[in-house]
Amino acid sequence: MTTVPVVSSSITIPSIHYLAILPVIILLGASVVLVFATALVRTKVTQFVASSVTVAASVAVLVVTYFQWRCLDSSGPSTTIAHAIVLDGFSVVATGVVAVSLLMATLVAHDWALRERIVGAEYQILALAASAGAVLMTQANDLVVIFLGLEILSLGLYVLVAFDRHRHTSAEAALKYFLLGGFASAIFIYGAALVYGATGSTNLSTMSYFLASNVLTHPGLLYAGFALLIVGFSFKIAAVPFHLWSPDVYEGAPTPVTGFMASIVKVGAFAAFVRVLISALGTQIDTWRPILWVLVVLTTVVGASVALLQRNAKRMLAYSSINHAGFILLGIWAGTTRGVASTLFYIVTYAPTVVATFAVVTLVGGLGDENHSIGGYRGLARRQPWLGASMCVLLLSQLGAPLTSGFYAKYSVLASTIDVGGSPLALIALLSAAIAACFYLRWSSALYSDEPVEATRIVVPLSTGIVIGVGVAMTLVFGIWPGPLVTLCQHATLLFTP
Amino acid sequence: MAHVSTLIVILPLLGYLLVLINGSRLTERQIGYVATGVVGLSFVASVVTFVLLLHRHSRQVTVHLFNWIDVGTLHVPAALLIDPLSITMCLFVTGISALIHLYSIGYMHGEKDYKKFFLYLNLFVFSMLTLVLANNLVLTFVGWEGVGVCSYWLVSYYFDRDSASSAGKKAFIYNRVGDVGLLLAMFLLFSRTGTLTYVGVFARAGSLSPTVATLVVLALLLAATGKSAQIPLFNWLPDAMEGPTPVSALIHAATMVTAGVYLLVRMSPVLAISSSGRLTIAIIGGVTAFVAATIATSQKDIKKVLAFSTVSQIGYMVLAVGVGAYAAAIFLMVSHAFFKALLFLGSGSVIHALNGEQDLRKMGALQRFLPLTFPTFLIGWLTISGVPPFAGFWSKGDVLTNVFEHNKILWVLGVVTAILTAYYMSRLFVLTFRGTERFREVTHGHDPHESPWVMTLPLVVLAVLSVLGGLLDLPWIHHDSLAGFLSSTFGYVAPLHAQSTLSQYGLAAVDVAAALIGLAAAISIWRSRTEDERLTPAFLEHVWYWDDFYDATIGRPLEELAVFSDVVVEDEVIDGGVMGLAVGISRSAESVRKIQSGFVRHYALAMMLGTAVLVVFLVARVS
Amino acid sequence: MNVPASWYLILAAVLFGIGAFGLLTRRSALIMFMCIELMLNAVNLTFVTFARTLSDIGGQATVFFVMVVAAAEVTVGLGIVVAVFRRRSSTSVDELSELKG
Repeated sequence: MTTVPVVSSSITIPSIHYLAILPVIILLGASVVLVFATALVRTKVTQFVASSVTVAASVAVLVVTYFQWRCLDSSGPSTTIAHAIVLDGFSVVATGVVAVSLLMATLVAHDWALRERIVGAEYQILALAASAGAVLMTQANDLVVIFLGLEILSLGLYVLVAFDRHRHTSAEAALKYFLLGGFASAIFIYGAALVYGATGSTNLSTMSYFLASNVLTHPGLLYAGFALLIVGFSFKIAAVPFHLWSPDVYEGAPTPVTGFMASIVKVGAFAAFVRVLISALGTQIDTWRPILWVLVVLTTVVGASVALLQRNAKRMLAYSSINHAGFILLGIWAGTTRGVASTLFYIVTYAPTVVATFAVVTLVGGLGDENHSIGGYRGLARRQPWLGASMCVLLLSQLGAPLTSGFYAKYSVLASTIDVGGSPLALIALLSAAIAACFYLRWSSALYSDEPVEATRIVVPLSTGIVIGVGVAMTLVFGIWPGPLVTLCQHATLLFTP
Repeated sequence: MAHVSTLIVILPLLGYLLVLINGSRLTERQIGYVATGVVGLSFVASVVTFVLLLHRHSRQVTVHLFNWIDVGTLHVPAALLIDPLSITMCLFVTGISALIHLYSIGYMHGEKDYKKFFLYLNLFVFSMLTLVLANNLVLTFVGWEGVGVCSYWLVSYYFDRDSASSAGKKAFIYNRVGDVGLLLAMFLLFSRTGTLTYVGVFARAGSLSPTVATLVVLALLLAATGKSAQIPLFNWLPDAMEGPTPVSALIHAATMVTAGVYLLVRMSPVLAISSSGRLTIAIIGGVTAFVAATIATSQKDIKKVLAFSTVSQIGYMVLAVGVGAYAAAIFLMVSHAFFKALLFLGSGSVIHALNGEQDLRKMGALQRFLPLTFPTFLIGWLTISGVPPFAGFWSKGDVLTNVFEHNKILWVLGVVTAILTAYYMSRLFVLTFRGTERFREVTHGHDPHESPWVMTLPLVVLAVLSVLGGLLDLPWIHHDSLAGFLSSTFGYVAPLHAQSTLSQYGLAAVDVAAALIGLAAAISIWRSRTEDERLTPAFLEHVWYWDDFYDATIGRPLEELAVFSDVVVEDEVIDGGVMGLAVGISRSAESVRKIQSGFVRHYALAMMLGTAVLVVFLVARVS
Repeated sequence: MNVPASWYLILAAVLFGIGAFGLLTRRSALIMFMCIELMLNAVNLTFVTFARTLSDIGGQATVFFVMVVAAAEVTVGLGIVVAVFRRRSSTSVDELSELKG
């Protein structure tokens, strides 16, 4: 934070560009409205009302991002509130992705809540708040704001993970997540403090300017600081070896929550990670690159190979998402505009895919959210062709099969890596994708297995069905026709922080 | 114009989606009419585009749809190239597709996978139009693969018959070999010119060295031999006759199989650079035309005869391309589409009447029973035999005149092929419609019946087109006809020496004589007999033992290699290696998994260690 | 008396280390939780020290944010601990290892 100048009789507050912070205001506002409604209205707030408010809020955010984009096109990127918040192409696109993820996850959770007979608006309140945190992270231009966003996001998620009172694994997962998350937050903010000491500011732009114009004689403090920052981010994105929480939490959390956190945590954390490494510490690329190299190798390989051993769908998807995190890191490792654009593209396409995947898992999980063995998917596509085919498409997209969005996402991060001479790294990542292909293919072929299985027909509720349909459609459309989205991501990256 | 031309491609896709989504709610008839309707509308859109193009000054329009691939230096737009060549292709592809869709409504009536059939058919038309209208090689390749896949599906339509599914596979594999050629050509062109749009490649074609150009041309030829069933990859086409007859007419006679010729013609500016490449093309075409014609003389299955005839006729087209007579190739392609579709649909009508019988020996004297099929088939027969004034006479004559200019040996081969063509078609005609009744067994004594109007109407239309098709390009009005219209598309057209009228008439007389010799010979021989071992030698009946040759040289060694691979390489090396690797991965994954103990304090410890390593690494860098 | 700034920083680092060590060694969720609070306070001390040496008020302002976050964490954390305790009558994290592998 920069100093707020104090004049004798009046206080000048920093100028605020309200359009920039409107998404956060909308999301937090909707959350607060629901809190008050719950507290003040005598009858219980129904799921329908709570979900409608949430959907309305996310649609409103999407509309706002459109106007933000228009504003960007005309006047370029800008910062506001004493340069703590930034409005640039990257933040706008990432905000849009958060809104889409929230929208889709809310629709899934709505049906899930009805199925599990959950009353009250708590889920939506927390989801809205967490999304506000994620949006804040995408827009933050200050380590402290990133920290706040991170905490708002995490605090919401801790509770959401514990949401299932019938399964005790839910509380176990929440406690693990909370303790480790708190640990990671402390490490992160300590890193911020050290970087602050070394550069004199927590503001990313000031920091970048300082590092570009000064040569540090004793960079030890700075290095220790940003090592700790990297640890903090690595925890959030579940990079090996800071990933250990994620399989347990993915498994223990209620399935719609897992889908929700898998998407928005990745968006928020990666957006902030890109901003810190590329725009603030861009001058130190030679220092952080080797670290990322090791992280990418460990994350992709461990994620893919341990996933092979899993028999639980949610756990397998957790390891698969670890593998994906490794791929997304590749784009940051490249450190070029193209790399960042490919990271953004990966996030944009991965988020809806993963929400839709977990929507299917939610349905297959059945009442009580217990039935998550891969065996439960045997012959699903024979019994229910549409549902099975959708799942197959979503899995193939995560595998990176051509004609799905996952293919181009993987291709573009790998290409940007090779561009800057990272062929060995790209090769290792590719090998991990080959290992990962084994379990995706095993799963998708199980969908089409002929063996007769005793199984009841899964009822697909309307809104979950819409989410799955939209997820599959986005996967296919961006897979067959990635052009416009690629252009958007490149454009967004060019409109990076001023 | 952009919108109309986009409609050409979009409409069949729309039909596909409509039937796909609504299929279960529509009746069989409705499905058929929807599928036919969209292709008909697509034809209308082609006509409108054609008229608009005629009135434009520049006859080359690129319709940009969207940026499809944009990676580094590779920019591939999804864009359509509207020029005389592509619009000519569009006109006859959509026109004939519409007729054959209509025909299929009757022919496929009562089949259990009726909906599936029309779905694939619409998808096929969409792919074919993509292939034709694409403005770059990548998009063409997409269409190329699309038609291949649809063809595979449709050939194995009766998948419960073993022969159908293996024929589908055969078609698929032969085509894959050809596809390698197209991919190679694409790689070569991209590495040398840095672009894959046709316009871009042609603009930089001059910078290609002759060696590279020859390699590109040979790669394209390989692609063409696969798709257009030329030597050495021609043998899948006869087997592909396992598909329903409308499919044979549409895909394996009129449209898809000519895609290879289209590709060669489209790439004519590159062909222009390599004379040795063109000579190879001409030889392949001429030899294929001859070989296939000899085989056609000895086949017993009505559709097999027509299939080899198709191979032979495409051979003519390739021959024409090889001597630089691109307009003649397209002219023959269009007229061939008319009369070969007519013949196939006519044979379909015959097969329909005889409850699915395809053996020529069990037909005969059908003239009386099929009052509409007979005259239309008669026209088709005379057209393909090259009797004036039908379309075949003009188009084949155009090809042979051009060949005469460039290569006398190939011309002789062409004329001999013309005699054979007239001979085998007459044999087919006589055995089917004349002679004695031999079909009572298959019809259980009943009289065969004529087909419904949806089947006969396309026959009549195609017959009219076969009669009048020659008007497209009469030799004395070259400039205002098809050839003149197309000429702007070709980079380089082999100069045709101003031939004396006398020599032109002389060549025409040779063509007519060839046709009459073949006709007379066949009629006199086959009027009184149905089988003759001496005239249908086993060597020809078994397709020059071509399959056995492949089997001996490629199939069996490969099989032995496969057995060897299975026993030695697979079990020992691969299994050892891959399984070792897999076991290795599993083991190490297992040990990593142990860290995942479930104890939160272990997790915190791992994080702490990770952090410590990181900090120590960075601080060590400082000192 | 002049105390060098580095002393404060070292004290903060030691406090942070104690917190981390406690987190790794203690079994009770509550005490682990307190260790996290200790680490956050070490961070606060670091911020204030740097703010003084840099004469920048921003660092001191940050401390308030961190304190608010710590308070929020307490409410959420205690809630989760209570939820676990109700089910198991124990706050030992070593008994929570159903999710693994």
